[in-house]
Amino acid sequence: MASTTVASDLATLTRHTLAGLRMLLVFTLLLGLAYPLAMTAVGQVAFPWQASGSLVRSDGSHTTDRSEAVGSTLVAQAFEGAQYFHPRPSAAGDGYDTLASAASNLGPLNPDLVAAIEERKDAVAELEGVDPADVPADAVTSSGSGLDPQISPEYAAIQVARVARERGLPVADVEAAVEAHTAGRDLGVLGEPRVDVLELNLALDDAH
Amino acid sequence: MTAVSTPVLAAVAQALVLVALLAAVHAPLGAYMARVYSSPRHLRAERLWYRVVRVDPDAEQRWTTYLMSLLGFSLVSVLVLYGMLRLQQHLPWNLGFTGFDPAGAWNTAVSFTTNTNWQWYSGEAAAGHLVQMAGLAVQNFVSASVGMAAAIALVRGFARSGTDARIGNFWSDLTRGVTRILLPLSLVAAVLLMAGGVIQNLDPHTALTTVEGATQQSLGGPVASQEAIKELGTNGGGFFNANSGHPLENPTPFTNLVEIFLLLLVPFTLPRTFGILVGDKRQGWAVLGVTAGLFTASLALTTWAEMAGPGAAPQAAGAAMEGKETRFGLAGSALFAVATTATSTGAVNASHDSLTAPGGGLVLFNMLLGEVAPGGVGAGLYGMLVLAVVAVFIAGLMVGRTPEYLGKKIGRREMTLVALYVLTTPALVLVGTAAAVVARPGLAGLQESGPHGLSEVLYAYASAANNNGSAFGGLTSGTPFYEVTQGIAMLAGRFVPIALVLALAGCLARQAVVPATSGTLPTHRPLFAGLLATVAIIVVGLTFIPVLSLGPVVESLS
Repeated sequence: MASTTVASDLATLTRHTLAGLRMLLVFTLLLGLAYPLAMTAVGQVAFPWQASGSLVRSDGSHTTDRSEAVGSTLVAQAFEGAQYFHPRPSAAGDGYDTLASAASNLGPLNPDLVAAIEERKDAVAELEGVDPADVPADAVTSSGSGLDPQISPEYAAIQVARVARERGLPVADVEAAVEAHTAGRDLGVLGEPRVDVLELNLALDDAH
Repeated sequence: MTAVSTPVLAAVAQALVLVALLAAVHAPLGAYMARVYSSPRHLRAERLWYRVVRVDPDAEQRWTTYLMSLLGFSLVSVLVLYGMLRLQQHLPWNLGFTGFDPAGAWNTAVSFTTNTNWQWYSGEAAAGHLVQMAGLAVQNFVSASVGMAAAIALVRGFARSGTDARIGNFWSDLTRGVTRILLPLSLVAAVLLMAGGVIQNLDPHTALTTVEGATQQSLGGPVASQEAIKELGTNGGGFFNANSGHPLENPTPFTNLVEIFLLLLVPFTLPRTFGILVGDKRQGWAVLGVTAGLFTASLALTTWAEMAGPGAAPQAAGAAMEGKETRFGLAGSALFAVATTATSTGAVNASHDSLTAPGGGLVLFNMLLGEVAPGGVGAGLYGMLVLAVVAVFIAGLMVGRTPEYLGKKIGRREMTLVALYVLTTPALVLVGTAAAVVARPGLAGLQESGPHGLSEVLYAYASAANNNGSAFGGLTSGTPFYEVTQGIAMLAGRFVPIALVLALAGCLARQAVVPATSGTLPTHRPLFAGLLATVAIIVVGLTFIPVLSLGPVVESLS
């Protein structure tokens, strides 16, 4: 008796598994091909710039062609030159590596992290000629993705004097450029105020 | 000097915008979903669909048959996904990536089929577009629909009486969940995300030259379409390694709010559907009240912890910004972290490993709670209904009456199933954690030693067994030991509870309704809601206090 029950249970499970297989194949056509391809078509028609990665040329104008782009306004890239605003530290690969987006994942009590923060704070303070106590948190911490395209208005503010000096510009001009590339909270309450580093640097390059 | 600072006011306002949006759609979407699962009519396209697939969508199934269909479907899902991952180099749009190794493919196939979306790999460095679209994203849809089907089957168990344990038709529930709920909502969500800057193309990753002349890879991929269902189906598997912290997956505070809204949408609306289907909306309000209360408490505490920023590293930096993106800030990251762990999503927009010690402990607690406040799509509702049965049972013991819930007697058989359900995930979490901290290959994966190391392991097994999928990123889980043991935890953590829930549904559907008397405990009043919340916390508390004490609690105190 028991063995026939097991056999019939197995037969039932096999029948259901085959029905499941047919179901999955049809789902794959609908959800795995038709849906993403349709969305891709909608994106390329309705939002071609965003859907292609928010790319910009060296004069800051929008493009969907990677060969003429110098970066994406949404993705941080390394800026080391003294005439540029600098992004946040990055834990993505060796820094700003888009094939290895990552946070440091170091815990809040980790002594290595504390040491790295102190070191960065001193370096930033020296570079910008400010008191270490005035260096904001985003300047000394790596972001969630390692590709954070933005910095806080506070971090931008302490970089203004250096950038103005290096470019031989009045401080007020650089302050105005920062102001123009600062976004407030979305709808007044969502997220935080921020400055897009690539857009700001390209605007300075383009104007001067 | 104002008493409350601008960031705090903005944090509160941001949460209130979210609440307002969820409240606005609660009643209409809840009613719509109730119609989806109770209407006898099929759409014309669905009839064609059932003919092609050769299933009978009108055959009422006993719970055993329903379970067989569900398991059969999930079994082929694991096998097909495993095959796609192993054979990636032979598939189109593979971007030059090779197949996954056996342990890795097993882990990922189980992970996406069980709605967990634990990821040991980095999407941008391992998965081509076809595997993402036709493999992973398909499971994002169907695993979510499977969870909803199981929840609806349990609700039918309460709503029906005197049947021979028939609880609906799995194929019809599975199909309608996709075609009438998840797919239409995803279409809208994907368009919103693209408008906000999420990429959607089929381009490979190619190099561009940056302003300073360095080379950086420009990324491509059908991200918006996948991002939509990743959140809506409480899946959480990121297209890229940084998940929703990646600026191409979640570019602005606006898209952040859209994503949080999506991942809370179905879990917070299903209690309404439940109330309608059992013929008493007040029962839905009671369940919603408990989930909303627990969620609000967790959100308030976590946001406070992140904004206060205790701990050596946040103190040194001036704020807990390690692992967080500028555009989301402390509040936008805390809101996402609570929403993703209180549902079973597991997407992250910040590094959970770098949260403050109390913040990290709180999001861990959300998962240990069994993800019932509000929980994953479907899984949250059936988890909460099981706890409601425990609550009426305890109340019954106190007054010496046979417990009843929604007119059904909770007898020995029902309580046995419920007790097994409550024990399953804690057993998987604690046995898994214990094994990892005594086995050498387990210890090898730890980035940190001491209490934070224990938190990393506990978080990993809590995430796997509860089908969450988020990680304390420090743990190196891409080793055969973690890939295999976590795969087992995910599989058992998904299907053992579902089997028990469907068995319970069968038992309940067979019973006649017991008319309510003056001695019946009303289960729609605040008294019962309070009891239910207490039961949820006490069950998890008694189970996990020892291990929590050794991990996050020690860390918070040091």
